[in-house]
Amino acid sequence: MGWPLAVSAGLMERSPRALAAALGSLAAGHLFAMLLVILPFALLAALVDWQRQVQIGASLIVIGFGIFRLASRRHPRALARIGPTQLGLWSFAVAIAHGAGLMLVPIYLGLCRGADLDQGHQAAGTLINANLGMAVLVSVVHATAMIMAGGLAAWLVYRYFGLKFVSRSWFNLDTSWALSLILVGAIALVLSLYPSR
Amino acid sequence: MTIRPDPTFHASPKLAMEAPPESFAYTLLLSPDFSKPDALAVVDVRPGSATYSQVVHTVTMPNKGDEFHHFGWNACSSALSPLAGHAFLERRYLIIPGIRSSRIYIVDTKPDPTQAKIHKIIEPEEIFKKTGYSRPHTVHCGPQGIYVSTLGGGGKDGTDGPPGVFIMDCETFEILGQWEIDRGPQKLHYDFWWNLPRDYMVTSEWALPPQFENGIVPEDLLSNKYGHRIHFWDLRARRNVQTIDLGANHQMALEVRPAHDPVREYGFLGVVVDTTNLEGSIWTWWREGGKFHIEKTATIPAEPAPKDQLPPLLQGFGAVPPLVSDIDLSMDDKLLYVSCWGTGEMRQYDVTDPRKPRLAGSVRIGGIARRTPHLNGKAFAGGPQMVEISRDGRRVYWTNSLYSTWDDQFYPGGIPAAEVMAIAKPGGGLELAKDYWVSFPDGYRAHQIRLDGGDCSTDSFCYPSA
Repeated sequence: MGWPLAVSAGLMERSPRALAAALGSLAAGHLFAMLLVILPFALLAALVDWQRQVQIGASLIVIGFGIFRLASRRHPRALARIGPTQLGLWSFAVAIAHGAGLMLVPIYLGLCRGADLDQGHQAAGTLINANLGMAVLVSVVHATAMIMAGGLAAWLVYRYFGLKFVSRSWFNLDTSWALSLILVGAIALVLSLYPSR
Repeated sequence: MTIRPDPTFHASPKLAMEAPPESFAYTLLLSPDFSKPDALAVVDVRPGSATYSQVVHTVTMPNKGDEFHHFGWNACSSALSPLAGHAFLERRYLIIPGIRSSRIYIVDTKPDPTQAKIHKIIEPEEIFKKTGYSRPHTVHCGPQGIYVSTLGGGGKDGTDGPPGVFIMDCETFEILGQWEIDRGPQKLHYDFWWNLPRDYMVTSEWALPPQFENGIVPEDLLSNKYGHRIHFWDLRARRNVQTIDLGANHQMALEVRPAHDPVREYGFLGVVVDTTNLEGSIWTWWREGGKFHIEKTATIPAEPAPKDQLPPLLQGFGAVPPLVSDIDLSMDDKLLYVSCWGTGEMRQYDVTDPRKPRLAGSVRIGGIARRTPHLNGKAFAGGPQMVEISRDGRRVYWTNSLYSTWDDQFYPGGIPAAEVMAIAKPGGGLELAKDYWVSFPDGYRAHQIRLDGGDCSTDSFCYPSA
């Protein structure tokens, strides 16, 4: 997300370093947004007895956000108030606004489930630590993958493909993103309502 | 909303220049005595077309007395801003303000320019109520939607509070409210533009409505009461960061033309008249060390003329002021066109070195005293006024009317609408195209021109050409 900003930064400063620095800010903002959304669930996941309810709740939130994204199609004016020098903040706000963190929640809760159920008698503190560790891991893996893919795109456009690629490669993914939020939420909901065993 | 960005959106000025040339020129027509509704004329500019340089469609408005002046698109290349992250608008609707009525028309140009029709009308009361401003003027599409500058504040004569910029939603055309959070010392308004990645806006000053609606007020002009300052703003923070006074004798600082390439942190400003010697001037502003600077970089002298060739307003001076009413910068930021509406001259300056403009070409047509006819022999009343340059920089179009009541003071004989085009010669120089002459319906005057697919005073870019 946001790789054209890195291209713009690189071209404006005429330096690949500016491109890399922009990518760094974008990654940091994105990671922070992930953590902000996932960490509360990491704490909730410690409530082993309520695990199913937590999962159902999380699934419904993800589905609800997907529906909200489908219904609300206005030009994102609030994002336009963030200045070009605040790339980290921009990346954070965009990730929150798109529900990028939310998308990870069902996946994250699914990962915790297998690990946690058998350890129901461990102290809550240990569980929370394990969950937090998992939350950070999930967020870091996600943000790293995103910034690698975005960084590669930015570098290729900056160095080889040229600016024409910016508008050519830009697809309106608003609808498919909203639908995939609903889909992921729905799968998570079904899995928590009908556990495999 | 679209799946892919509009093909007329370009990441850089260079890509905009390389895109297919314009096919239609939208031209605003006004009824100077308010006896007929104003209109939008669609002119065919495809060379070789059977209807070349003819009006092929007219959208006539349902009201009278709007006084059309400037207009703009709902969306342009600025939609490719990586910060907005939302490129899926169409360059489709023309936003046409009535400078006298404060009414705004939204005209839909799809599916084809020859079928353009009114999409929505925003009544003046809504603008008054939601913005506290009146007399909408310049339209630009940008990060927060559509930005519209105004010339008047609230109240009947527009002097209740300062004028400013308001924002409109770029899809629903809902008026969203004032743009400024802190206007600082700004009290007058005219034009505005910006540098998007560098995040600043530049605004200029004309006058308050009582100083222009019923004609130019000579006493106000001679006592230097028209606008003479330029304002620089933090675009996202919506705050005035610097105001520079050009000196009170530099009356009417109008068109603001920043370099299109966002790496270039400079731009130009046209000043209509210097009250000490009647000359017109071009100013270059730039940003250096976080501060803005401006200096006068070119002047155009007044031309002496016998009294019997002058309107009463100018007879005491025995000279025709050039009256720099519009300027326009080519997409590659190399050539600046300057309309001398009084003396009847379109000047082409080489501004490759922005602080040392060099006169590279000139076309004489019209003028208060000279009255130069077109190359084709037809009389051209008025002088070169609103000028628009094709994206590739090869064709320069202009019309001849300034503002209804001012036209009558400077050209009492009347200014029938005319639109001409000149070819910019490679390596500098300008020459009228003999075969381009648009005839408009009787009783109308012509004002701003917009080219389909974008032009040099519409599109702003978020990526440099390099």
